[in-house]
Amino acid sequence: MIKKYCLLLVIGVFLISSLTGCGETTEELTLNVYNWGEYISDGSEDSLDVNAEFEAYCEEVLGKSVSVNYTTYASNEDMYNKLKSGSATYDVVIPSEYMIEKMIEEDMLAPLDFSNIPNYEYIDESFKNLFYDPENTYSVPYTCGMVGIIYNSEMVDEADLGSWDLLWNENYKGQILQFNNPRDAFGTAIYWAGDSVNSTDTRVWEAAAEKLKLQKPLIQSYVMDEIFNKMKNGSAAIAPYYAGDYMTMYDSNDLLGFYYPEEGTNVFVDAMCVPACAKNKELAEQYINFMLEKEIAVANAEYIGYASPHTLVREDEEYIAYMEDWHEDAMEILYAENSGVKTEYYESLDADTLSLQNGLWESLKIENSVEPWIYITSSTIVGALLLLFLYNFLLKKYRNKY
Amino acid sequence: MEKSGKNLGRLTAAPHVVWAVLFILAPLLFVLYYTFTDAYGVFTWENIFALKEHANTFLLSVSLSVIATFICFLIGYPLAYIIAGYKEKSQKIMITLLMLPMWTNLLIRTYSMMAIMDDGGFLNSILGALNLGKVHLIGTKGAVIFGMVYDFLPYMVLPIYTIISKLDENLLEAARDLGCNTVQVLWKVVLPLSSSGIVSGITMVFVPSISTFYISQKLGGGTFELIGDTIERQFQNVSTYNVGAAISLVMMILVLVSLAIMNRFADEEEAG
Amino acid sequence: MKVLSRIYTALIFIILYIPILVLMLFSFNSTANTGDMTGLSLYWYRELFSSPDTFNALKNTLVLAVSASVISTVIGTAAAVGLCKFRKNFWRNSVLSVTNIPMMNPDIVTGISMMLLFVFLGNAFGSDEKLSFFTLLIAHVTFCLPYVILSVRPKILSMPRALPEAAQDLGCTPLQSFFKVELPQILPGVISGFILAFTLSLDDFVISYFTTGNDFQTLPLLIYSMTKKEVKPDIYALSTLMIVAVTVLLILSNLSSKEKNAERRLTL
Repeated sequence: MIKKYCLLLVIGVFLISSLTGCGETTEELTLNVYNWGEYISDGSEDSLDVNAEFEAYCEEVLGKSVSVNYTTYASNEDMYNKLKSGSATYDVVIPSEYMIEKMIEEDMLAPLDFSNIPNYEYIDESFKNLFYDPENTYSVPYTCGMVGIIYNSEMVDEADLGSWDLLWNENYKGQILQFNNPRDAFGTAIYWAGDSVNSTDTRVWEAAAEKLKLQKPLIQSYVMDEIFNKMKNGSAAIAPYYAGDYMTMYDSNDLLGFYYPEEGTNVFVDAMCVPACAKNKELAEQYINFMLEKEIAVANAEYIGYASPHTLVREDEEYIAYMEDWHEDAMEILYAENSGVKTEYYESLDADTLSLQNGLWESLKIENSVEPWIYITSSTIVGALLLLFLYNFLLKKYRNKY
Repeated sequence: MEKSGKNLGRLTAAPHVVWAVLFILAPLLFVLYYTFTDAYGVFTWENIFALKEHANTFLLSVSLSVIATFICFLIGYPLAYIIAGYKEKSQKIMITLLMLPMWTNLLIRTYSMMAIMDDGGFLNSILGALNLGKVHLIGTKGAVIFGMVYDFLPYMVLPIYTIISKLDENLLEAARDLGCNTVQVLWKVVLPLSSSGIVSGITMVFVPSISTFYISQKLGGGTFELIGDTIERQFQNVSTYNVGAAISLVMMILVLVSLAIMNRFADEEEAG
Repeated sequence: MKVLSRIYTALIFIILYIPILVLMLFSFNSTANTGDMTGLSLYWYRELFSSPDTFNALKNTLVLAVSASVISTVIGTAAAVGLCKFRKNFWRNSVLSVTNIPMMNPDIVTGISMMLLFVFLGNAFGSDEKLSFFTLLIAHVTFCLPYVILSVRPKILSMPRALPEAAQDLGCTPLQSFFKVELPQILPGVISGFILAFTLSLDDFVISYFTTGNDFQTLPLLIYSMTKKEVKPDIYALSTLMIVAVTVLLILSNLSSKEKNAERRLTL
């Protein structure tokens, strides 16, 4: 047994040394790309491998030997925490709009040289000069989308659709899902009330918290990624989520329907940026430009399923056919900005509003979740343990006397 | 000669002590710093005072962990005892089999638990087919306790097993010869002799289960929050690091104190 | 009694393995559905073998887990042995308490505070890339240490104190007495500590996230980052293959060690 473990140790050491050894090859440039998981066409399921294409493009067109070091994160906040600490350097990151606003404020992004990004002209006008980057200096939109309500047409009555109040409809008690993060969950209540999700007014947030408390008994689960399974297998009937993800769910359960609530809803943009710490800024810009090449942008849009801010993609017939094969109304659902739905972006919240939101969220979670049996059982266990210790202690004392 | 030998013995702890100072205590300084400053880096007690808002969440976490640890012990002790009674070869296999489920990713494991327990999951499909109605499991405290027990059971079984597996069979025989029945042998001989393993097991289950956050989010359906979730959320934004640091510091101190109490009693057990 | 104990063990193992069987089942699903079976196929296995990223992440994970568990087992065992020779209870208990800290801190606190430390040290030494494989390794060893010590310590406590003394009286050097007398006695504890450390390191996500550099992605990091969209079933296929591989190894090692069984009494 010991021999086996020694062998393992040797193998481990060998692997590590071979691993660290491979860093010092020729003058190959490394481009560190940091993106959301599953957010690029990566060659799986017969798609185009975009990063490999870029490497080939650099080799052939630019005459450079480049390797793309592609890693992924799970949330804006995770990415921000890591970049902010200055612990690692990246050349391209893809945050959402409110995070870009915050990162610009904190000087974490580098202004882009748009002469390296000629394809920027293909970006739809409605995605230029937005609040987070009013002068268009730091970001190039990658994907966009809106939040809507997904419902199971077999479980939900057609007449109840149309508004956010479906999420508060008592007929569907125990079948409703809600976002499990404060920003989006409060968002649903605030949009319903017709207020601004970027309000700094305490009353807006408190009113929203009241609404969420009212809703809590009806909620089956507060979810993030579990929503896919729950909606697909019919565990839940109603859930607010992104239009692009609805496409994925519809793919395996065609009973699912989708609409944008009439009161207005959230819209987001994820955009490509270059952090201030980037080492290969020019190459990063070339990468961003490459991502806007029509063929590449189409491949990404088809793979991710989210809407694309790229005008050529939106008009591309092959793309339209691909999406409509997925869902016959795909184009109307994904590209609904101009269909009259009211939308509002999330902006970066100030520290006070943020801590107010966190506090209200926690009290929502503790609401109705006190079940006496838990406290009774656990204190009984602790009490019994203490008694046992005491008994042993006294017994020992008693014995020691003799 | 003897003395230098003893000193040498103590020296083997040196690498660990150095490691602990460098990589456990030094990072703790950052936690301390955030606990006693506000978002602008100015000294404040505010974060500590703000803690009472989280008292309920903390109480709930501790209570659930106590129950989960107790159940782990109730299930794990007999299991460790039974495994230790098998032949050497079977023991090896069973211990590996016990660990094997833990080698698949927590996220994937939790997804498949949800696929079983969900309202539209396997269990309910089977119950539905048998006309037995539905059970709502995801989102209950029971599901969270089940998740904790499932994930932490091996950490209870292993230390207890390693102790029991090498217990002197003669001791048990002697007890039996002196008139003890099976229950008495267990209660008066095996249990006290394995107390150090039990203490290790309880520590390894209780301590991590207090701060767990993934299980409560998924199996608890997010309908309630444990202290781990709260802290995790505070660390999502740099401006709320301070509150998060304060909660975790206080939690750390409370857990350390309760562990110290337990260890004290265990030490006496050992000495006696 | 014997029958009862067998039923009990079987029951627990069945419960432990039901979720695993379910995930194996989903790996053969014909669509990207992980909540419902729609049909059997090997599609996701083909997908898995055409994605080098996943295998690279698996390799990284294994390299990390093996090195972290070996290092923490060595340091932890030495520490557990040394700690018992501390004469002052106060010092022993302090060290043990400090050791337990990484276990009780929520992962994100450990992760972020270690990241801040590495950045601080990196700045102090003027290093450009503050995080790398080595910072990740240090973090993993740190959170594995308490588990190793907690596994080894009970074995040392239950070992007759006279044993090493007797060995030394009989002419062993302290080193000899450790390797020839103490180590065989505490080996089961050492091995279970190693297994625990390996398991923990294999599954860690949060601490790894904050302490890894920009070029080392482990399997949990890859899987968790998929949650923005959906975790693809080729991960299920990978998990299935891993479980099958370990089971096969187990059976093989079992067959080959048949003859040696009698003399190898102190192994697990």
